[in-house]
Amino acid sequence: METDVIIGLEIHVQLNKLNSKMFCGCSTNYHNSEPNSHTCPVCLGLPGSLPVLNKKAVEYGIRVGLALDCKIEEQTLFYRKNYYYPDLPKGFQISQYDYPLATGGHLLIKGDDGERQIRITRAHMEEDPGRLIHAGTIDKAKYTMVDYNRCGMPLLEVVTEPDLRSPKEARVFLDKLRSILEYLDVFDGNLEGSMRVDANISLAGGDRAEVKNISSHKGVEKALSYEITRQRNLKRRNIKVVQETRHFDELRNITVSIRSKEQAHDYRYYPEADLVPIRVATWVPAIKASLPELPDAKRDRFREQYGMTDDHAKALTSDIKVANFYELVAARAAPKLAAVWVANVLKGELNYRSLAVDSFKPDHMVEIVNMLDSGRIAEDAAVQIIRTILDKGGSPGQIVSDLGLTRAGDDAVLRAVREAVAESVVAVEDFRGGNERALNYVIGLVMKKTKGRADPAEVHRLVVEEVERT
Amino acid sequence: MLTQLKDQLVAGSSEEYLQKLFDKIEHSSLNAFTTLAKDSALARAREFDRKPWQGLLAGIPIAIKECISTQGIETTCSSKILKGYVPPYDAHVVERLKAEGAIVMGKTNMDEFAMGTSTETSCFGPTRNPWDLGTVPGGSSGGSAAAVAGGEAPCALGSDTGGSVRCPASFCGIVGLKPTYGLVSRYGLIAYANSLEQIGPLTNTVEDTALLMEIIAGHDWRDTTSAEKGSYIPGLKNGIRGLKIGIPKEYFGEGVDKKVEKAIWDAISTLESLGAAWKEVSLPHTRYALAAYYVIAMSEASSNLARFDGLRYGLRKDEDQDWHTTYSEIRAEGFGPEVKRRILLGTYALSAGYYGRYYLKALKVRTLIKDDFLRAFNDVDIIAGPTMPIPAFRIGERINDPLSLYLADVFTVPINLAGVPAVSLPCGFSGRLPIGLQLIGKHFQEDLLLRAAHAFEEATPFHLKRPEAV
Repeated sequence: METDVIIGLEIHVQLNKLNSKMFCGCSTNYHNSEPNSHTCPVCLGLPGSLPVLNKKAVEYGIRVGLALDCKIEEQTLFYRKNYYYPDLPKGFQISQYDYPLATGGHLLIKGDDGERQIRITRAHMEEDPGRLIHAGTIDKAKYTMVDYNRCGMPLLEVVTEPDLRSPKEARVFLDKLRSILEYLDVFDGNLEGSMRVDANISLAGGDRAEVKNISSHKGVEKALSYEITRQRNLKRRNIKVVQETRHFDELRNITVSIRSKEQAHDYRYYPEADLVPIRVATWVPAIKASLPELPDAKRDRFREQYGMTDDHAKALTSDIKVANFYELVAARAAPKLAAVWVANVLKGELNYRSLAVDSFKPDHMVEIVNMLDSGRIAEDAAVQIIRTILDKGGSPGQIVSDLGLTRAGDDAVLRAVREAVAESVVAVEDFRGGNERALNYVIGLVMKKTKGRADPAEVHRLVVEEVERT
Repeated sequence: MLTQLKDQLVAGSSEEYLQKLFDKIEHSSLNAFTTLAKDSALARAREFDRKPWQGLLAGIPIAIKECISTQGIETTCSSKILKGYVPPYDAHVVERLKAEGAIVMGKTNMDEFAMGTSTETSCFGPTRNPWDLGTVPGGSSGGSAAAVAGGEAPCALGSDTGGSVRCPASFCGIVGLKPTYGLVSRYGLIAYANSLEQIGPLTNTVEDTALLMEIIAGHDWRDTTSAEKGSYIPGLKNGIRGLKIGIPKEYFGEGVDKKVEKAIWDAISTLESLGAAWKEVSLPHTRYALAAYYVIAMSEASSNLARFDGLRYGLRKDEDQDWHTTYSEIRAEGFGPEVKRRILLGTYALSAGYYGRYYLKALKVRTLIKDDFLRAFNDVDIIAGPTMPIPAFRIGERINDPLSLYLADVFTVPINLAGVPAVSLPCGFSGRLPIGLQLIGKHFQEDLLLRAAHAFEEATPFHLKRPEAV
């Protein structure tokens, strides 16, 4: 851990599980649509149009606030954030300023040196602007096109205190936040641009740089690492780090300056009179009662209820879909064995193929674990079944019979042992002469004859018996 | 009058009536209209003649102020920057009017973006007062008022941010109502200062205003600041015996034209003779109203008008530069000097470091002014005074002296700051020019307000006098 690194994050989360936009009835399902086909007078900011607040969006915001242990304001208020940009059709963004929805929470992460609480300053609601598509790179484009489909998407901006100490911690924080958002069923992180991060970073005693609009967790880690190197180099050469806004170039993995402190915007925040203040305090008890079990609580329960290790519990609960998958399997198969196989094997095979857990049927996992548990198949065979299902499809039962993966019966093994001992005169002599390792040759031969379906420990026992008998 | 007109149109021909209006407008020197919807309106009238439909305004033409969105009819706020903008949707009030059978005949002239008291800042040129073509019709809804007073439209809609319905009603000798903030949906009204403005009727009689209010008032889910309506026609003729009228001492004296002051006192005597009693009340913060109003209105304008950048609609340059330059050039060319002045002052007032000194302070004054009214209404039912301190002035007389123009709003802006309703109706003449009596009511008590106005109208001849043919 680098003790002089100070990092704070502002995370823009699209509440994309909502059906309609923040202030109008347009659908949020605009991905893969024609540009500017998901718009109306309100989200296009046509003259005379007025915003109507999507109450469900506020409810979702409160859910997140509560999950982050925030205090929910009695009454919340919207403000106008005034600035000009072509992706902003009204010339202002409806956002929050004083009286944001949620304040003063925290999130527990596994930091570089153990568990640590990262304080959450606030979480507030705002509308997403449209999207600019440059013909080429941002600095050299001949023209730029605007797509307003995204305009008015409900955003929750989560702001942390400067409590993070390394790029890796920032990434761990973001992973954990995403996990919670998905647990709350307010967010789908697989959609493009669904989580965008502004990262503030400084070295102790120096001014901070803000790296804007980074669209992946890995990007955040890279941008921050680059910034640490850049700021350290400046410090070493006795050059002052200046407060500025920087852009992360994902292709070159570097950050470049886009605005100095002097050019900083004055957003002229003032209350949005078209939206009346909403008293949300009364909503809180019902929302609180409906909150699902969150990752940390689920992890504790998994450990206790299923008797699994903490590592397995963590691996199984970081993604709500994996947790749900596991519980379906554990209900009908040995829970501890299922934990090992889902956490260690299935997750690894899925990751290797960049697949989500819904590419695998819980029923299939139940079947596999049960076959392992009864000794019908060996571990190697179980791995082979999982791989085959992922690569070619099929069901465990079918694959076992097609590939002949049933653990070899005792007769077959015994026959192979007898043959192998008879064929290995020299090795058997060596073993009798005191060379323990000579037996490995015989065991190998047995495994070859049984096509790997025998249990090596069992084979070892049988070979010793056969040698002693003859 | 509208009710009788409806019967005449059913018996006679809506098309003939409308054609006569169009002929008159085309030979008129008032310049009350900006766009005539001749084809669509005449087609609609022919349909009506063929098969009359039901509705409170069946077959009756209506003129709509240039800042209220009309589907398929250019809506520019009398600004060059919106030239060519044809809304794809109707304002809520226009939908309601159409639903009651009215025919939109055209759009009326106004001060650019409703910023004015004289209808001289329009990009379509000034509108003239039908009582004296050398004087202004008042503003900003001068086109609507002149059209009704000049017999070019049987009724019209305007909008009132700081007096923009009542001032031209006063100067043109007709009835104009600024409803309680929230009584009429603003959906489709192009915003100038959205926390202050309301759409209101401009008509020949109080009964016509009550009729239009029955149609346009009421909750609309697209404007979350809108409220349920009351009922305005049924109690209209119940008289004012026992009504307590407050006369604010701050609305008389210095700056008020002697003839105006006399006409108002005569009107108070008339109300007394009808069974009402009056007493002096005080609205002590009146002298701060203009300053507070202009700070709030300009601040909101600087944000509301930010969307006009030429990118999606309105004025466009032949050749685009980078977005920043293009925005600057279009806004420099598209906005007139008064609009620029207000945007600049408003931007300044909302800026960091000035917000507390200007905008927040103005909001505090606004609360004090509202409290003035609430306190006065503890003792009285309505408040009476002049609408404007002076009769209509000469065209060009004040246009280069913005402060003197602002000062003319001294009795109208407090009403918008307080959000209460007020009606202006004719109560005398200064030479050829009409004088307006302003009656102010409690929040959402338009029924009582209109009842008092109707009683006064019944007892006086002023509304019967019309300007000589112009």
